[in-house]
Amino acid sequence: MEIDDDLLANSDAGTEDDDEFVELAPEQTSAMDGMDPEEFPYDVLALEQVVTLMVDIIKEVRNVVEIPATTTRILLNHFKWDKEKLIETYYESDPDRIFADAHLISPSRKVAIACSKREIKPRYSVKENGEYVCEICYASVPEQLMSGLECGHRFCISCWTHYLTTKIMDEGMGQTISCAAHNCDILVDDETVMKLLSDSHVKLKYQHLITNSFVECNRLLRWCPTPDCGHVIKGQYVSDKPVTCRCGHTFCFACGQNWHDPVKCSILRKWIKKCDDDSETSNWIAANTKECPKCRSIIEKDGGCNHMVCKKCRFDFCWVCLGPWEPHGSSWYNCNRYDEDEAKRARSAQEKSRAALQRYLFYCNRYMNHMQSLKLENKLYASVRDKMEEMQKHNMSWIEVQFLKKAVDVLCQCRQTLMHTYVFAFYLRKNNQSIIFETNQRDLEQATEQLSEYLEREITQEVLRDIKQKVQDKSRYCESRRNVLLKHVHEGYENELWEYLDNI
Amino acid sequence: MERRLRKELTNLIKDPPDGIVVDPDKISQNITEWTVDVKGAEGTLYQGEKFTLQFKFGSKYPFDSPQVMFVGKHVPEHPHIYSNGHICLSILSDDWSPALSVQSICLSILSMLSSCSEKKRPPDDMFYVRTASKNPKRTQWLFHDDTV
Repeated sequence: MEIDDDLLANSDAGTEDDDEFVELAPEQTSAMDGMDPEEFPYDVLALEQVVTLMVDIIKEVRNVVEIPATTTRILLNHFKWDKEKLIETYYESDPDRIFADAHLISPSRKVAIACSKREIKPRYSVKENGEYVCEICYASVPEQLMSGLECGHRFCISCWTHYLTTKIMDEGMGQTISCAAHNCDILVDDETVMKLLSDSHVKLKYQHLITNSFVECNRLLRWCPTPDCGHVIKGQYVSDKPVTCRCGHTFCFACGQNWHDPVKCSILRKWIKKCDDDSETSNWIAANTKECPKCRSIIEKDGGCNHMVCKKCRFDFCWVCLGPWEPHGSSWYNCNRYDEDEAKRARSAQEKSRAALQRYLFYCNRYMNHMQSLKLENKLYASVRDKMEEMQKHNMSWIEVQFLKKAVDVLCQCRQTLMHTYVFAFYLRKNNQSIIFETNQRDLEQATEQLSEYLEREITQEVLRDIKQKVQDKSRYCESRRNVLLKHVHEGYENELWEYLDNI
Repeated sequence: MERRLRKELTNLIKDPPDGIVVDPDKISQNITEWTVDVKGAEGTLYQGEKFTLQFKFGSKYPFDSPQVMFVGKHVPEHPHIYSNGHICLSILSDDWSPALSVQSICLSILSMLSSCSEKKRPPDDMFYVRTASKNPKRTQWLFHDDTV
């Protein structure tokens, strides 16, 4: 139980929200069937609540398998915090094997077993007038100042502290610190770490590392990606659903990216990777340049005839067929080998990469454009706030001008959706459904730009009523177009109507 | 750190294992930099050869591993030793433990030499030597072969 006290020391503040931790019983999940399918049940946990949750899970497992808390935590980590799987495996296979796999000494074998792989004989740890020699600092130390784990290796307390501090502070290790002896993979448990550490800084870092590994391993938990936010989202199952943190950030629970409906996490991941790596740079090179056939210098042709002279190696060649220029000499600077298969192949390969590049740039430009507009969101909110104040001076009440803020919300949502429709469309194979999708996309695109334009307009006394009507109508229209588009894509997922292009 | 290094040195001079020679005069001026001579064991490919190992100890020793490499003209030809003297050995980086010592490192390197069946350089020697940092500890080693 010692671990609980230590880890709970900082977490008393979190107890007021205890009801949030109650694990849902199975019958409660069935009640959710009646809910809107868009509704995804989740909780936002503060750091202390995460620790409490971890301790609760440990307690729950301990009640069943009756092993020390700190050992339980390492075991749970080994099973990625899937307690059912741990308990099941624990009773269905050999517990000793499980302990060995998790780098623990089985509590059933109380006899400390020496590490079998040790190569270096413990020539220094012999007793010298009742004292031990620490194998790390080589100092003679009385027995009560020596410490170690179940594996039997003993070092002096000050070396242990130093060792743990180095591992935690310099190497950022929490979960996987093993015994300091060479080739011993037995993991250091929390109880020992907390006992041996005195510096509160190091202790805190250790707690952070442990909590982090708990969150990272647990499929039902996800850190809010906002820098320094520190909140954790706890879902009841894993699903690509939007969650909103207490800091206001909305993201996908399954992948942690900004909320990206209608595109799926896996496709978005592919897209982001494509945008990040240099594949498009090489695509451009392939589409717009050729290599000198002799020295392999990369050449971009920006005009002139087909008779090329490499600036570097002075090789004369034909740009079209890449053969030496000499045989072309008599044919008036026309490539008479133009129709040869090889030249044809090279040409069509180049055309292909040109087309692929054009296609990518088409989708990328539109994606980036919406992303850029979204980044200016704060500016837009500020300018709308000014307008709202302005309107209130013109005999409108506070409640009457709220439609503007609502319209900006809708605008941002539409941009967020549109942005990801281009990722979806980039990978989509053309079929009848994709044509419907593109029509929906075009409608939403047009409506969104009109709404954006209305929001940019100068508001004067004369046009006030008129513009309010227009903005409200347009934002309602945008919302409905957005819903139609999303619904169509979701139905497509359900009925497996979408086919994807591979090899891009 | 100093106390441990002095003790290690005393132990090595007093009771040196086969094939390891420490010259105390060379070390006494600067305790954080040692050179240790190792001799190829009898009956192995390196029989009769003599090599020099350089040890540099950082302020975190023994909690951080020392920087160890072969120096001098004669660098053993071995599939895990690069021609610039860098050694690919897991205990010098990832598998370092503060309970290891200069002596255990020397013994590990000797046993690595002894178990070698064919004298050759690592396959990526040319590339590595051209691109590697002077400090072998700055290399991210990947250990894919522990048979030699």
